[in-house]
Amino acid sequence: MENVQEIKTETIESESRKRTKKFIKSLFKRKIVLVSAIGLLLIIFSAVFAPLISPYDPNAQVLSEALQGPSASHIFGTDNYGRDILSRIFYGGRVSLIVGVAAVLGACVIGTFFGMVSGFFGGWIDDVINRISEAIRAIPQIVLAMSLCAIFGGGVVNLAIILGISNIAVYIRMMRGQVLSVKEQDYIMAAKLQGNKSFRMMMKHILPNCVSPIIVQMTLQIGQTILAEAGLSFLGLGISAPTASWGSIVSDGRQYLLQNPWFSIAPGICIALLVIFLNTIGDGVRDVLDPRMRGRR
Amino acid sequence: MNHLLEVKDLVTCFHTDDGDVTAVDRVSLHIDRGEIIGLVGESGSGKSVTMMSIQQLISPPGYVKSGEVYLDGVEGNLLTYKADSEKMRSIRGGRISMIFQEPMTSLNPVLTIGYQIQENILQHTDLDPEAAKKKAIEMLKMVKIPDAEQRYNDYPQQFSGGMRQRIMIAIALSANPDLLIADEATTALDVTTQAQILEMIRSIAKKTNTAVIIVTHNLGIVARFAERIYVMYSGRVMETSKTWNIFKKSGHPYTKALLRAIPRLDDPKDRVLIPIDGLPPSPADRPTYCPFYKRCEYRKDSCKENAMPDLQEIGPDHYSACLLSQNEMQAKEIELRNRPQKAAPVKNIRDENVLEVEGVKKYFPILKGIMRRHVGDVKAIEDISYTLKKGETLGIVGESGCGKTTMARCVMRVYKPEAGIIRFNGIDIAGMKDKELAPYRSKIAMIFQDPFSSLDPRQTAGSIVEESLIINHSCKTEKERQEKVDRLFRLVGLDPSLKNRVPHEFSGGQRQRLGIARALSSDPEIIVCDEPISALDVSIQAQIINLLEEIQAKLGVSYIFIAHDLAVVKHISDRVLVMYLGHIVEIADCDELYKHPFHPYTEALLQAVPEADPDVEKTKPAVALEGEVPSIINRPAGCPFHNRCKHCMERCTKEVPQLTEFDSGHQVACFLFDKE
Repeated sequence: MENVQEIKTETIESESRKRTKKFIKSLFKRKIVLVSAIGLLLIIFSAVFAPLISPYDPNAQVLSEALQGPSASHIFGTDNYGRDILSRIFYGGRVSLIVGVAAVLGACVIGTFFGMVSGFFGGWIDDVINRISEAIRAIPQIVLAMSLCAIFGGGVVNLAIILGISNIAVYIRMMRGQVLSVKEQDYIMAAKLQGNKSFRMMMKHILPNCVSPIIVQMTLQIGQTILAEAGLSFLGLGISAPTASWGSIVSDGRQYLLQNPWFSIAPGICIALLVIFLNTIGDGVRDVLDPRMRGRR
Repeated sequence: MNHLLEVKDLVTCFHTDDGDVTAVDRVSLHIDRGEIIGLVGESGSGKSVTMMSIQQLISPPGYVKSGEVYLDGVEGNLLTYKADSEKMRSIRGGRISMIFQEPMTSLNPVLTIGYQIQENILQHTDLDPEAAKKKAIEMLKMVKIPDAEQRYNDYPQQFSGGMRQRIMIAIALSANPDLLIADEATTALDVTTQAQILEMIRSIAKKTNTAVIIVTHNLGIVARFAERIYVMYSGRVMETSKTWNIFKKSGHPYTKALLRAIPRLDDPKDRVLIPIDGLPPSPADRPTYCPFYKRCEYRKDSCKENAMPDLQEIGPDHYSACLLSQNEMQAKEIELRNRPQKAAPVKNIRDENVLEVEGVKKYFPILKGIMRRHVGDVKAIEDISYTLKKGETLGIVGESGCGKTTMARCVMRVYKPEAGIIRFNGIDIAGMKDKELAPYRSKIAMIFQDPFSSLDPRQTAGSIVEESLIINHSCKTEKERQEKVDRLFRLVGLDPSLKNRVPHEFSGGQRQRLGIARALSSDPEIIVCDEPISALDVSIQAQIINLLEEIQAKLGVSYIFIAHDLAVVKHISDRVLVMYLGHIVEIADCDELYKHPFHPYTEALLQAVPEADPDVEKTKPAVALEGEVPSIINRPAGCPFHNRCKHCMERCTKEVPQLTEFDSGHQVACFLFDKE
């Protein structure tokens, strides 16, 4: 008996491995997706290994060298305290990535779940979830995040949670809309008539048919969240002063655009690149996941 | 005399990444003033693309590669004019008008219908707005819109589908065009409305000497209305001749095969449909030889060696694109006829009711305002009672909105009926809660109309079919389950190796087979087939009908077969139930009903169905049934049919006739047959 079990799991494993391989292969068939993936890996790599690759201590102030332009010793120049901008970007990437990705992922999972439940069951469940999401949506995102920051304080973890909460409503609304349209399809009725339980029906039939726009929304939202974090840090509510984050470097450099434009431009490019990479990958993943796109292109 | 329109060797291509795909391949046709011609073919055969090409309406990536189009009164080749030139724009809508399939979307919802007609008149004539309005009202009267003056300022959504199609026709004809193209113009409408509209087009065309091209897949329509027919297949014209020749002396194997594949009202009950095997070739890999070769019963080796043959005269005014000579064809014909025919599957109807429905009612509440006040009910079905025997097929016919689907969904318990009893094998399931229903869910399965939306696009074919096996734990091991799935695949004529494909990689017919395999996977006793073939092409329909009959003979399941195509229902059903506005008006044995329909509605419905036989068509009255199905929200008092009925009596307006048994098993709800 045990033997049989083993063989079975093995075949399933190889099956899933085969599927993963196929998935990766068709994902990277488009060059731009491959380039984006490499770019994203580079950004993640630079953030993870920041202590090893940074030429300077990101917080070491050398006031005599303040606001220098790009040079051999400081590739992107220095900021108003004479700190090396490149090093700060490497370290800042950690904060930005963690806050951006964690907040959006969390919001997406929770929001998608509630959106699905709300759209699927309707009735009073729908009403309750809708009212809550409307209440969140009624307050401008940045104001909500500001007040939460003011109450609970800053810091990377708090920031991720707070930005996550302020993002949830978007996913609830989006998923609910998707579910409402997918729910009317014949195959959902077919699934119901086969005696599917609600939970299985949601996971197997509704969720896979609703994720496409969610994935795209997610990739867009990561960029927005990184900017929101920058705004909060700028106001002194997010990351506390010496710690670098991309957003805070951009806003610090704003005043010194004439002296050293790279102060703001370099982290700005990083944010832009990250968002572009995430978008392209998101697009690619959506296309590969969608069986209707199979065989095209 | 010059032809009104002459098309010579038209070639239209679509540009794709893998090179050009030819959608229309050297099509030639012509039409004279006042003539009505039919262009028939399956989907993808290039009918619509031909029509669009003539008017230069093909948009990129498509383009007209070569060919000539001559319109009487226009100098030179129409295709040499720029698509957006003054000349072309005046021809479109002015000389050539078109009506489309979907009456619900082809009118602009934010403009009044009057404005939309007037707009076309102003565009193409010299009339001033005042005169144009007069003319528009005249047009509305011509297409028989009641109270034309009052309704001139109404918006499209205030009209029914049939009425909107009439308005489309009014727009199309408002600038007195010489040619009207009706592209599947009546496909979305009910049979009785379809007959009215086509009849109207014909009479207007004859009055105004307008030429009409009817583009359709329905052979019955062209048999009734067209004078000459072009049969298209895979971008080519296969055969063309006078209507009678096409149906009675058809020369091309494709035409012959099509005629054998469609069920007809005057068929004997045990006729086996002969489907055309296989699928039409995809335009991207169409062979250089005859595209029908693979599916042709008459094929010979030289067909494959030679290029696609051109149209050849095989009789007076009769052209066919086939390499075989008439003699060869006849010899083959005899050979085919003598080949042993597949016997009709033997049904085994047991005298035991699997389903008994008694007095079922289903109302949908109408709610108004933010408080969702209950202001009334849509009485979708009323007092429905019937029985279904084991192994029997019960056909259900009626126009759209008559409650066929609602009734089926009550049986499936998608809806909970307001009142009544639904006994499945003696157990009443009408009032059961979802939990109690679970064991019965697998016993009543369903086949859906649309093979595209009824299969989850994210699941593989295998997992779609095995789903109910997993849910019902009907297989102990993974292996046993996979074997069962393979068996189901083979049963519906699919290769089990296709299990890992996703639905969009299948053709429409194959998808419907998948749908059938899914329905069979839970070993059901009843399968509700809701218009299972109406979304399929003619040549595929026969395959599915035969499959359903074979499965019934093998497994002894009962079918509830809903369709609006009366010929198909006749072919497959043992008994037929006719519905009108939520009421059953007649139930009878299939043959009995088609031979001696009692209820005036049944009679009218049967006459409205166009049949693929010009001789039969000649004997039918022009319009069998006037008016349209009233809205179900304000159903007429008394007999629901009384305001359209020829035999309406005083009593019909006051009382609702009850379904009473007349002959053995022949039930009818009509006072004409009241014994008192």
